[in-house]
Amino acid sequence: MASNAPTTTEYIQHHLQNLVVGIHPDNGFSVAHGAEEAAAMGFWALHVDSLFWSIALGSLFIWLFKKAADKATAGVPGGLQNFVELIVEFVDTNVRETFHSKSDLVAPLALTIFVWVFLMNLMDLIPVDVIPRLTEAVGIPYMKVVPSTDVNITLGMSLSVFALMIFYSLKIKGPVGFFKELAFQPFNSPNIIIQIIFVPINLLLEGVALLAKPISLALRLFGNMYAGELIFILIALLPFYAQWVLSVPWAIFHILVITLQAFIFMMLTIVYMSMAHESH
Amino acid sequence: MNLNLTLLGQAISFAIFVLFCMKYVWPPIMGALRERQAKIAESLAAAEQGEQRREEAEAEIATLVQDAKAQAAEIVAAAQKRANELVEDSKSTARAEGERLLVAAQSEIEQEVIGARETLRKQVGSIAVDGARKILGAEVNADAHAKVIDDLVGQI
Repeated sequence: MASNAPTTTEYIQHHLQNLVVGIHPDNGFSVAHGAEEAAAMGFWALHVDSLFWSIALGSLFIWLFKKAADKATAGVPGGLQNFVELIVEFVDTNVRETFHSKSDLVAPLALTIFVWVFLMNLMDLIPVDVIPRLTEAVGIPYMKVVPSTDVNITLGMSLSVFALMIFYSLKIKGPVGFFKELAFQPFNSPNIIIQIIFVPINLLLEGVALLAKPISLALRLFGNMYAGELIFILIALLPFYAQWVLSVPWAIFHILVITLQAFIFMMLTIVYMSMAHESH
Repeated sequence: MNLNLTLLGQAISFAIFVLFCMKYVWPPIMGALRERQAKIAESLAAAEQGEQRREEAEAEIATLVQDAKAQAAEIVAAAQKRANELVEDSKSTARAEGERLLVAAQSEIEQEVIGARETLRKQVGSIAVDGARKILGAEVNADAHAKVIDDLVGQI
């Protein structure tokens, strides 16, 4: 499809197509060629490329930090330990400032999110054609290397965070406390009749607000990264000698964006966790 | 953009990574950080204590030096006084010795004068006898006239 002189549209579409493996109604278990086949596979399909890069980068994070953790001493730290401690300290400070309950989970959760999302976003800075061309050479037709431009990846994380929110809300406040939080805010009244009228309104408002949290969390990261990636792809359509004029400034700007997005994802997770732990 | 199993795959790997991080990564790093913090706090406290001790020691040294200086001044004053006394003593001793020597010398001189006078008297006596003998032309018996001569000699 992209092998001999693709058109601009084909080129862009090819870059935005995941490597989908799933059960096609006609072809059976296969690799999807093009968006239609991928769509036909429905829910029971995997974005192998996104998952591969996501797990590879997550493993890189765990491996690197585990290595530093094994050698961690209270004495003079080495280079890797220093670097890791810098990040851990940064995350710890943010958690401490925002999250005031006691939890062994939130800080490691925030650290994992920050570093992992950052690494996934960082893939955006690799020139858009390098890895797809290499994998094409070994026979893999599609390769999207930035996992965070896949809405499945960002939703997978934000829904996990959402599940933790619900779990801790129920655990700390109890089902009744959690329901009260949803039903008696933001409108309440001392008059019982008016209060009963308010309850469904509150439930609707709070329910939407609650559901909006994981969706916005996922779509914010996805949207930013997808747009950034798309612009890199568009820049790649320019003649090769002119690309640097746009790609260098955009890449430099993008360094800020990927860090910021990783930070926002982490911060919002901490805030949501904090909301789940504290009754207001 | 289609949602599929990838979502679950990502959620599962997310859970695994977070759990691993929670179990094996966060505690040791945080532990090392806390331990180092405690160590630094300890060292700072120790440094402060050391500084305090140094200041105390310096104050002590200052008083010691002051005492020593006072003592030294005292010793110097005493030594000077003693030296003056010694000088005075030796001066008076020397004066007394000088006077004694002077007196001794004078008495010796007097003795010698007396001796000389005696000798002279005797010589004058013998000269007078010789002279008298020559004048008288006779032998003057020295023994016979010894009494006269002795009287003469005594008159000189």
